[in-house]
Amino acid sequence: MLLIHCPYCEEDRSELEFRWAGEAHIARPDAISEISDEEFAEYFFLRNNEKGLTYERWRHMHGCGRFFNAARDTVSDRFLMTYKAGLPKQPIPVAEERAAAAEEKTVETWEATEGDAR
Amino acid sequence: MADLALTPATRTLPLSGAHGGSSVARLEPAAAAARLSLRARPEDVEALSTALGIALPVKPKTSASANGRTALWLGPDEWLVIDEGQGGLLQAAKDCAAPHSATDVSHRNTAILVSGPGAQQTINSGCPLDLSLTAFPVGACARTLLGKVEIVLLRTEQDAFRVEVWRSFSGYAFGLLAEGARDAAL
Ligand SMILES: [Zn+2]
Repeated sequence: MLLIHCPYCEEDRSELEFRWAGEAHIARPDAISEISDEEFAEYFFLRNNEKGLTYERWRHMHGCGRFFNAARDTVSDRFLMTYKAGLPKQPIPVAEERAAAAEEKTVETWEATEGDAR
Repeated sequence: MADLALTPATRTLPLSGAHGGSSVARLEPAAAAARLSLRARPEDVEALSTALGIALPVKPKTSASANGRTALWLGPDEWLVIDEGQGGLLQAAKDCAAPHSATDVSHRNTAILVSGPGAQQTINSGCPLDLSLTAFPVGACARTLLGKVEIVLLRTEQDAFRVEVWRSFSGYAFGLLAEGARDAAL
């Protein structure tokens, strides 16, 4: 079971209490009625779906109920850091980055066993 | 509506008559209580605390008790207030001029009291929280999960917990805790 650090509860809690809520740091255009269809699609539908480091919104659904942001590695599923909603995109602490990189080399993924899907 | 003290006979508690447990953990339905779901901004906490006669806790996972009332921190701007005393909880909130949201959830929730040396293990049979005394001391509280249902857990004594659960889930919660209590005795 994964433990996720909730920045509001200030402690690690079971993944069962959390819910994923999509990509983080997507700003709603100020003049949304004036943007083109392409710009709207970019804002509303299109997501980066990065492999590796990704910034996501999560919600401590069955805890404090708050939304917050998380930097997560989608290959190893490791949470590199979490921080409160409303804060700008945070840099990853160096120590966390190193630990994640070391883990990524050893982690068994579908890609690792099925060829170079990367 | 919330004044259960005045109308004790008009409602049957969902777990009325239920009893269970094992040699190490006792399960019993808690008495009827009035409850408020309370939301407020940080700057209004002080005024609300005065109005309710209880200092609303602002630290995660903590609760406060006074005058027959207990306020449980659920989130940075959210509390569950339980009144087992004289009632008048909703009116007290209503009389407070500070902006807030107070919803009477007296009958939405019911509570199960779990006590005994195996109480912690009983709850942990379905709840992922660290319930060791250092991580979850007496007075600690949290919204969390018990099996498939959401609960609000409060440690009332070293070996005693109050499990607040939505009334329609209370049969499931009681059954799961009864199994947990049996396992804790093995
Ligand atoms: Zn939380």
